[in-house]
Amino acid sequence: MTVTGQVLRYELRGALRARWLIAYALFFLIATDALLRFGGAEDGVRAVASLMNVALLVVPLVTTIFGTIAVYNAREFTELLLAQPVARRDLYAGLYLGLALPSATAFLVGVGVPFALHGGYGAASGLATLLLVGVALTAVFSAIAFLIATRCEERVRGLGVAIGVWLAMALLYDGAVLLLATLFADYPLERPLLALMVANPIDLARVALLLRLDSAALMGYTGAVFKQVLGGTAGITIAVIALGLWTGVPVWLGRRAFERKDF
Amino acid sequence: MILIDGLEKRFGPVEVLRGVDLAMLGGRVTAIVGPNGAGKTTLIKAILGLTRPDAGRILIDGEPVGDDPAYRARIGYMPQIARFPENLTGRELLAMVASLRGAEVARDEELLERFALHEPMEKPLRTLSGGTRQKVNAVLAFLFTPRVLVLDEPTTGLDPASSATLKDKIAAARNAGAAVVLTSHVMSELEELADDVAFLLEGRIRYAGPVRQLKLDTRQFTLERAIARLMSEEAA
Repeated sequence: MTVTGQVLRYELRGALRARWLIAYALFFLIATDALLRFGGAEDGVRAVASLMNVALLVVPLVTTIFGTIAVYNAREFTELLLAQPVARRDLYAGLYLGLALPSATAFLVGVGVPFALHGGYGAASGLATLLLVGVALTAVFSAIAFLIATRCEERVRGLGVAIGVWLAMALLYDGAVLLLATLFADYPLERPLLALMVANPIDLARVALLLRLDSAALMGYTGAVFKQVLGGTAGITIAVIALGLWTGVPVWLGRRAFERKDF
Repeated sequence: MILIDGLEKRFGPVEVLRGVDLAMLGGRVTAIVGPNGAGKTTLIKAILGLTRPDAGRILIDGEPVGDDPAYRARIGYMPQIARFPENLTGRELLAMVASLRGAEVARDEELLERFALHEPMEKPLRTLSGGTRQKVNAVLAFLFTPRVLVLDEPTTGLDPASSATLKDKIAAARNAGAAVVLTSHVMSELEELADDVAFLLEGRIRYAGPVRQLKLDTRQFTLERAIARLMSEEAA
């Protein structure tokens, strides 16, 4: 087995016993179960729509914060691993996957199991998108967490940056976009807005989900443009590429910093 | 054997190592001593490849310390702080490091026995006391019969019996031909174990040679006094 595989194997073993991860899975389990019970399990669309709002906030928050903390906590152990005959790039890949995979699994189990129990397959395509989007956001924000913790020597500063990144992307970004839209309301904004949506992984995830849930009609002309561009094959391709870049670029930057870092 | 040649390292404006030349021989224990901030940790980290020097080079049994990690298969490292993944057991930890080294999961039954570690090895590492974790740390460092041992404050947190066991283990590795690099703030411990001493001050080696010679040169009976003498001479 490769070095990455070996590291991953033991990181997975450790992570699957971690309390925060179990709590994270339980959180989605309870939330999903409750939403299915109260929202009516027959179609499940309402549950998916509500879960979307929860997931778009919680998945980035938890993966960024706990990811950053995990890297700082493992600092001494990482040094011990680096003193073994292993290449830094392989180690980085193993550590990253060792966080991203269990986090994604916890999300899939937390949301997937209640749906499997209650039914609610009326929203099958929405549910599938929700699960995919959750996994993608986990990959993106784990990569960002690793990048932050590798670049910031100080733990407190790193955590501050992590919270700042989450705040900016999950909350402030939408406000800024809205402000922009209001200020330039007299201009045709659909395409610039579309670009702005694609530029933020959380917004991209939201738009992709809304289109799946056939709520685009609620968004008027803008929704129509979004549907036209993002609804088709080209749109899916753009979304996949954008999320791929949002994962790949931080992983690449983080690994480069990790390879050059003085521990 | 570890050969260090013209090693320099700066962190921003601070020059931590300013041209260190040092040879640490197989079959001998070399103590690296010096006041806080003298560059001891940076020197050790450079040997392990954790810190990249700005200039100079390090050879370990003739192999250069650099981008190829293969040379680290010769090294056993015992860090000062024993912090391991919380949810793995000691046994899993040993298996993990063995797999990374491409080695069989060796077991030093004798050391496990003397440290009374058989039972704790089955428990999650987070539940072990600091001293017990330090014992696991020691077992890990010696596990693959390394040619070079880097031990950073190895007896910190150990009870006297375990500390004695560890010292026996260090002496045995030395007698088997390993080059042992040791740091400690406990001078009596260094006195007991060290054959050679490298005195580091402000990023330079101020003395390197046999402990016995240092005592003769400074006309002191103990290593502690001899080092103190060196420091006061430097200050003068």
